[in-house]
Amino acid sequence: MADETHAAVGRKKPNYYLVWLYLLILTVAEVGVAFMSGLPETWLILLLLFLAVWKAALVAMYYMHLKFEPPRLVMMVLAPIPLAILITATVVMMEIR
Amino acid sequence: MSHSATISASHPMEGMKVYNLKLGMWVFLLSEVMFFSSLIGAYIILRFAHPEQWAEPNAVLNVPLTGFNTFMLICSSVTMVKAFAAIEHGDQAGLKKWLIATIILGSAFVGIQVFEYIKLAGHGFVPAAASYAAEGGPLYGSTFYTMTGFHGAHVTIGVLALIFTAIKAFRGKYSAVDYGGVEIMGLYWHFVDLVWIILFTIVYLI
Repeated sequence: MADETHAAVGRKKPNYYLVWLYLLILTVAEVGVAFMSGLPETWLILLLLFLAVWKAALVAMYYMHLKFEPPRLVMMVLAPIPLAILITATVVMMEIR
Repeated sequence: MSHSATISASHPMEGMKVYNLKLGMWVFLLSEVMFFSSLIGAYIILRFAHPEQWAEPNAVLNVPLTGFNTFMLICSSVTMVKAFAAIEHGDQAGLKKWLIATIILGSAFVGIQVFEYIKLAGHGFVPAAASYAAEGGPLYGSTFYTMTGFHGAHVTIGVLALIFTAIKAFRGKYSAVDYGGVEIMGLYWHFVDLVWIILFTIVYLI
């Protein structure tokens, strides 16, 4: 059992600084897009949300090591996300209508 | 305590295949997802229903300052994960160094946020309707302070927990087989960073 864990510890390490660089670039891109792109509002919001979700996914996958966890833990963690999106989307749809 | 932690960190549970401490932290973080989802959901409802109460983010908020703060929180995630990577290999000096760096960056985030609050309140951007004097309406101020305030409280609690973890690290309580405490501290810290990534976009950029 202990050997298994040490095998898990010895897994291939993500390059944490590279992830940091991605996060930094995406943050600069977000601020740039928000104030200098001149995109129509709907597209701007969608693009910003896409960039935010991308950054959040990078943090969860590499810094929280979700990419390297057993699939059942990953499923447990991802389970409420569709519900959160569904609730938020429903609210938005109701308000737009 | 130390002994049982050793056993749980190096022996994943049957079933979920992770040790108890980590599973517990993940379940807690999922309840946090619901907590922040409800805040964000309420924010969206209010903003759609009362668009006239919101101002252009740049008109009221100091976006460059908060952008810099975002950068610091992202940096603190790197230092936190480096602390975990260090103790995974039994590197005690690395663990202490990176934990201290994370505490400094986290405290700086809270400090800048307090500075931002003081500045904003000085311009009449407050949660209370009666004394509201900034562009937009009182809903803007109250939702802003509710969301960023709850996040700031999480960062503050995180810094206190980091100090606790650092004290344990300086006492040599963690090792290459007993790193669970550092790992779950990291999970909490990265989650707080993740929430900020979403909040920064929704509150400051949209």
